[in-house]
Amino acid sequence: MTKPVLEVKDLYKSFGALQAVKNVSLDLRPKEIHALIGPNGAGKSTLAGQISGWITPDSGSICLDGEDVTSETVAGRSRKGLGRSFQVSSLAMEVSARRNVMLSVQASQGSSFRFWKQTRSDEELCETAGNWLGKVGLGGREDIAVSKLSHGERRQVEVACALALKPKALLLDEPMAGLGPTGSVQLTEFLEEIRPEIPILLIEHDMDAVFRLADRITVLVGGAAILSGSVDEIRTSSLVRKAYLGEEA
Amino acid sequence: MQRTDTAPKPVSMPKLSRETIVNIVVMAILLAVPLWASSIGEDYYVNLASLITIFAIAGVGLNFAIGQGGMVSFGHAAFFGIGGYTTGIAAFHNFEETLFMSMPFAVSGTNQMLIIWIVAMAVCGIAALAIGAISLRTEGVYFIMITLAFAQMIYYFAISWPAYGGEDGLSIYLRNELPVVDAESALTFFLVCFILLLGVIFATARLSGSRFGAALGTAHMNGTRLATSGIDPFPIKLTGFVISAMITGLAGALFAELNGFTGPSMLSWQRSGEIMVFVILGGVGRLCGPAIGAAVFVLLETYIGEWTEHWQLLLGLALLGVVLFARGGVMGMIAGSARHD
Ligand SMILES: Nc1ncnc2c1ncn2[C@@H]1O[C@H](COP(=O)(O)OP(=O)(O)OP(=O)(O)O)[C@@H](O)[C@H]1O
Ligand SMILES: [Mg+2]
Repeated sequence: MTKPVLEVKDLYKSFGALQAVKNVSLDLRPKEIHALIGPNGAGKSTLAGQISGWITPDSGSICLDGEDVTSETVAGRSRKGLGRSFQVSSLAMEVSARRNVMLSVQASQGSSFRFWKQTRSDEELCETAGNWLGKVGLGGREDIAVSKLSHGERRQVEVACALALKPKALLLDEPMAGLGPTGSVQLTEFLEEIRPEIPILLIEHDMDAVFRLADRITVLVGGAAILSGSVDEIRTSSLVRKAYLGEEA
Repeated sequence: MQRTDTAPKPVSMPKLSRETIVNIVVMAILLAVPLWASSIGEDYYVNLASLITIFAIAGVGLNFAIGQGGMVSFGHAAFFGIGGYTTGIAAFHNFEETLFMSMPFAVSGTNQMLIIWIVAMAVCGIAALAIGAISLRTEGVYFIMITLAFAQMIYYFAISWPAYGGEDGLSIYLRNELPVVDAESALTFFLVCFILLLGVIFATARLSGSRFGAALGTAHMNGTRLATSGIDPFPIKLTGFVISAMITGLAGALFAELNGFTGPSMLSWQRSGEIMVFVILGGVGRLCGPAIGAAVFVLLETYIGEWTEHWQLLLGLALLGVVLFARGGVMGMIAGSARHD
């Protein structure tokens, strides 16, 4: 079997008495979309936080492209190839979408300790950022302040920021939320398009998108991964119906 | 105007923003008044303009930390004072013909301003590296308090250092020298300060627009975004803090030259507050904000202070007005809120 790009082993995290993540192991292989589903409060975002480095796991390990990154900083993991978007978008609101993406582009090009050349007149930097925004469907909206963009558009900006890092793996926390029907169809098509190059760990509540995109699905309930399998296995599992899909139906 | 392509392109003059016009006007006034005063032999006004200019430089330094990096330092008097003491100590040893230190190598005093400026900025840079490395692990109110605490430590250190005057400070009997020009002349000294002010404004503008500036600005706006982009916020902020301190340190060195004196008052927490007032009055993050703030401060102190010692009441009211009604300071009132691209 191909070597996984991202490998999470035996992760635990408690907040006081609450066990938010219990012994979760999962991996992400090249060219695949691995969906992580589960009811509200299941621990999906906590898991994403541990993978990207915001939350220190109580125990367990995280490997990115064969390298143990458990003790890396957030920025270090990003540099090593983990791109992510947040459930609640986290962008520099005062500046344009392009500016946000430019930062990722500049980081992917190396050191930010360059003090003299003006980014504004750095055409290559501006254009590369613009291209990424075009790819996620924000062509023409590049120079609008993020604070003036809709929630859906902000998500798209975040995805563009993540892609601009040229990541080895993408971790997307509910990218479809707030997009509206056409928006999520567009994003679904787009994720389909990039899957061959960048495998995606996708946290998503939109089941249509999940069933259409995912190669594998892991179901998280109460912090534990209760089941992992193909789309059909998950769709037909009575356990999942009871624990999760039942609530949706 | 030469056109190579066939499609008619509108010829656009780069349009000056309102803020740019205000900046030019402010700088022109700051230059014109002492030129005029000097021509009628009123050096008093020239020195007043020098004072405004020097305070403006100190403010430009702090403004870079606050406006670009979001680091609200309440301890910039430390750097202002270190700059001042560098001048004082260099002049003292030069005057006494003694050594500052003999081990591991001999360092004597000097009366060369250029050398003093470089040393002052270097010492401030090192101090800021140490202070920043600790302070930047905190945020918000804690950052304010810890920078204040460091400045107070240096203040008390200066007071209890009898070799350099202790509480009385150090007099600089002869103004230090510059190559070619006569720094003793009030107008020349003003022009030197003015050119340095233009220099630091230009430098901070360039820095803000660079890749480093983009990273520092994002550290301020949203640290999560910066880290997610693969850039560690800490070294970026620390570098910004050091640059800011070096600029304020240069102002301190000039301040000591202007007054022919350096003392613990340069290091006091009130001084930190004043530098912050320049920034807030003028407009946080605005290029020429500190110049406006320093001018308002010095003019209030000089002219209202002449009638009543309660001039600070007026200053307080002005600050209150700015904070309550014009978040962008005086610059915000004149030129509207800051623009981002
Ligand atoms: N910093 C924290 N401190 C305390 N409890 C937390 C913290 N972060 C998350 N929790 C709790 O951990 C549990 C898991 O939260 P998490 O955000 O990971 O769920 P989720 O699966 O992402 O939910 P949703 O679908 O609503 O986004 C919840 O009960 C939440 O209240
Ligand atoms: Mg969540």
